[in-house]
Amino acid sequence: MEDFLFLMHIYVFVLAIFVGFELITKVPPTLHTPLMSGSNAISGITIVGAILSAGLEQFTISTILGLVAVIFAMINVVGGFLVTDRMLKMFKKK
Amino acid sequence: MRIAIEITYLVSSILFIFGIKFLGSPKTARKGNLYAAIGMFLAISATLLDQEVLTYEWIIIGAIIGSAVGLVLAYKTPMTGMPQMVGMLNGFGGGASTLVALAEYFRLNPNYPVDTGLPFNLPIDTGIAIVLSLLIGGVTFTGSMIAFGKLQGIVTGKVVKYPLQHPLNLFLILLVLAGGVFILLNPSNIPVVLIITFISLVLGVLLVLPIGGADMPVAISLLNSYSGLAGSTTGFVLGNNELIIAGALVGASGIILTNIMCKAMNRSLMNVVMGGWASAGTEGPAPESKAHKGTAKSIDAEELAMLLDGVSSVIVVPGYGMAVGQAQHAVRDLMNVLEKKGINFRFAIHPVAGRMPGHMNVLLAEAQVPYDKMLSMEDINDDFPNTDVVIVIGANDVVNPAARHDKSSPIYGMPILNVDYAKTVIINKRSLNVGYAGIDNELFFYPNALMYFGDSKEAMSKLVHELKAL
Repeated sequence: MEDFLFLMHIYVFVLAIFVGFELITKVPPTLHTPLMSGSNAISGITIVGAILSAGLEQFTISTILGLVAVIFAMINVVGGFLVTDRMLKMFKKK
Repeated sequence: MRIAIEITYLVSSILFIFGIKFLGSPKTARKGNLYAAIGMFLAISATLLDQEVLTYEWIIIGAIIGSAVGLVLAYKTPMTGMPQMVGMLNGFGGGASTLVALAEYFRLNPNYPVDTGLPFNLPIDTGIAIVLSLLIGGVTFTGSMIAFGKLQGIVTGKVVKYPLQHPLNLFLILLVLAGGVFILLNPSNIPVVLIITFISLVLGVLLVLPIGGADMPVAISLLNSYSGLAGSTTGFVLGNNELIIAGALVGASGIILTNIMCKAMNRSLMNVVMGGWASAGTEGPAPESKAHKGTAKSIDAEELAMLLDGVSSVIVVPGYGMAVGQAQHAVRDLMNVLEKKGINFRFAIHPVAGRMPGHMNVLLAEAQVPYDKMLSMEDINDDFPNTDVVIVIGANDVVNPAARHDKSSPIYGMPILNVDYAKTVIINKRSLNVGYAGIDNELFFYPNALMYFGDSKEAMSKLVHELKAL
């Protein structure tokens, strides 16, 4: 099973790409900027890896790299979601 | 515990998918963003409960710094600065991926920091994922910083050519791949890992530097896609499906936007990445044109106000010049004045107007223009022949009729807004200078075209003033 784990991850990746294509082709041009900043915030999911690195028991180089990664990813997450909300708040119909 | 964490990741992934789905309509978009944010909160919470996480002080410090910076960026960046902001955020995502890949490499390496003499059995799949994370993350990080610099005006917006550009980049990519193979065979070799990281960072600079200002919508979209893919590769490094899914969604989104932008400029992705139009980004006096020796007619605010007084339909075409001149509020005032006169007033927005996809829409939304007034090129192009007056504000190449018929023009074949089919076209520009493609616009010399010179904001305010005085 271990041997196939990598293949399972590839499966998930490929299927998610298809889901992404299906969803995003439907987004109207008016929303392209918020789509970009919103999806950008989602790519801040790397925070998961950053937390795992920064939270290691022993303080090593990995902790420092993890700390900087947490900072970067958190800017991405907080900045991305908030700025998207700020933009979307402005989109009103007559 | 493990199972609870995994289920939370699954729920979080589903929230991301629904979030993006809801981003597809202006009515539900805010809810979509909220769903995605909740998904992120769940993912972070689940990770904090992971038994591998044993110390929290560094996480807390990092989270506080990152949140503070993110908060300030999100609320202090003006709407005109959105392309830069998104550019920078792409970079942080990529940078985080590179750092996580490095951290994971050092964690797995039994001979660091002290040489234990133990063999380093780096699984081949993890090794590949680490190298790809370093490459994609590194390119995304520095590439986005250069894109940010170009949009902010710190780095030149011009096309930068350097000797042996393509062979050099190809060589560097091959070098990274060769280094990757070497690492798979000799996992303990730390200098090679660092060299791979360094070359990837250099590559990001070299790849984005040649891209001109007007091609930034493509570059930003592409970097957005890379930042997603970097997230996915990090997922492969950690064996975490949620990262793979979230990264793939963003990767797909970026690719679709890149494709839309390229189509809207009738250019291949290769052409843009390679550095594009030779003279792009050079603003200067129009070169002597052979085709039309006529002079452009101009109109002043008072005459234009009188012209607009008697019409029934007006379409405004905004471009980057409107963003630069911060004229969106003045344009909104114009809309209000004309609508009060019973005129059918709409906006026509070309996909590549501005510096990122949807740039004009955000600026107009900020000025409280309802989104149903902003029409895409496909939806409005057939309406121009039945329109009395078109006002082009700070746009140039996207309305150049040469794209339809002049095979020698660099923009030939690019889909344009057919503004010349309207009864009268007013072009607001500061001068007769060429656009970003560096080419002359024959539209200015058409019999139904009138130039309305001046800074966009000033010109629109003056026009509104004249209209009110009528």
